[in-house]
Amino acid sequence: MRNRPTRTDGISWLRRLKDHLATAAAVAAVLLVLLPLAAIFIYLVQRGIGSINWAFLTRTPTPVGVPGGGMANAILGTGVILAIASAIGVPLGIGAGVFLSEYGRNPFGDAIRFTADVLNGVPSIVIGIVAYSLVVLRQKHFSALAGGVALGIMMIPTITRATEEMLLLVPVSVREAALGLGVSRWRTTVSITLRTAAAGIVTGIMLAFARVAGETAPLLFTAFGSQFWSANINQPIAALPLQIFVYAISPYDEWHRQAWAGALVLILLIVGTIAVVRLIASRGMMKGTA
Amino acid sequence: MGVGIEVESLNAWFGAAQALHDIAMRIAPNHATAIIGPSGCGKSTFVRCINRMHETLPETRVSGKVRIGDMDVYGNGTPAVQVRRHVGMVFQKPNPFPAMSIYDNVAAGLKLNGFRDKGKLDEVVERSLRMAALWDEVKDSLNKKSGASLSGGQQQRLCIARALAVEPNVLLMDEPASALDPISTGKIEDLIFQLKQNYTIVIVTHNMQQAARVAEFTGFFLLGNLIEFDKTEKIFTNPSDKRTEDYITGRFG
Repeated sequence: MRNRPTRTDGISWLRRLKDHLATAAAVAAVLLVLLPLAAIFIYLVQRGIGSINWAFLTRTPTPVGVPGGGMANAILGTGVILAIASAIGVPLGIGAGVFLSEYGRNPFGDAIRFTADVLNGVPSIVIGIVAYSLVVLRQKHFSALAGGVALGIMMIPTITRATEEMLLLVPVSVREAALGLGVSRWRTTVSITLRTAAAGIVTGIMLAFARVAGETAPLLFTAFGSQFWSANINQPIAALPLQIFVYAISPYDEWHRQAWAGALVLILLIVGTIAVVRLIASRGMMKGTA
Repeated sequence: MGVGIEVESLNAWFGAAQALHDIAMRIAPNHATAIIGPSGCGKSTFVRCINRMHETLPETRVSGKVRIGDMDVYGNGTPAVQVRRHVGMVFQKPNPFPAMSIYDNVAAGLKLNGFRDKGKLDEVVERSLRMAALWDEVKDSLNKKSGASLSGGQQQRLCIARALAVEPNVLLMDEPASALDPISTGKIEDLIFQLKQNYTIVIVTHNMQQAARVAEFTGFFLLGNLIEFDKTEKIFTNPSDKRTEDYITGRFG
């Protein structure tokens, strides 16, 4: 063994040292990125797990001082609001992304790209105000719909840019293959280009979804919150982030415990949704696809 | 069956740069015609004008006449997609659809144009893969494997099968073997021999031996001009133009 030449024999100790240092730096960076997430998650589990029980998941809140109760209505409400948001954000985001990548190599496209990036940076509370004036003022009351519109608007720029970037990664040769078969341009875009980029676009959608799922500010004066079990999109509705916010700033220990539990449930719901979507998406992909 | 191609005063541009100058050519049905010439001479542009792929690139322009059989390629009433349905195209780099199975790759041309009859599709897929000499290698994994999981040579034969599945009259091959090893190249060349009984083949190639092996006719392009077009034998043994001779004897290019 000792006498067998290896590939590293001719490499100077300095180069090997640099190699090890670079690897160590990369590993350290990964750990630093994962640390806050792990810390938050562990802390949430510690504080929240004790208050999660069947009643918490299936009951609506009780009045102050009455023990028990849960966040079932907030879990439902978050689901309803996110469904509305996705119904708005996903098609508009993908549509705009397709436009930018396939027809947007011009000043008009640049303007849209710039607008999307600015929209991405608009504070979420401002988006809430937009939804308030668009929906709440018109309906004359708070509603799940208004909350969904606010979060949907927030999803659009992320999905748009992700879709555009992913479509641009699809080689021209793949589009030419379809065009060369006599497939029309829009068919090529829908059935070939989008399909080839699907995995990346799903990732973009999940990023946008995860980001808005935890938003509180834009829901304050749109969905407003509610103590009752409701799935009516025209009525005020509870949402986990809102409920956590209200409970966390309250003076009651029981509510604090429930807020921790709510935060844990919210994180698990987001992780669970992303895992399920990824699973479904990967089922649809062929083996050997990069 | 293959049909002939007639090209008259064909000009093509990329922006302000003219890539083809006044090309005239009659391509015989059911034969292979090779297009040779140095890089940048307009070979690819020429074949891409035959099935109107040139115009899919930004800021391009074409003028002149191309007829494929009795179809006026640049005629007013002829949609580009219809032209491309009658002309199969195989590109330099194998380009299977990466997100599709082998089966779906071959069936793509029919399926995406609205053809749904499952039984007929099965038939077409098998026949096309057999014609492309790929059937035996992939028949057990038609729906299991992605087109991108095959080797480079297999991918290129898959692309040929995909082009054949729409039953074209003409097959355009733009350096179909230049990215492949000699064994895969040999398979593609054997295939061209088989296919030209039923199709008119136009093959762009950088490899003059390949042109001599597979094609009955050869056209030599230089700087966007068709310098000489004749029987392959004549081009390679007794060219009429000095520039052709210089090129094939390796004095330039």
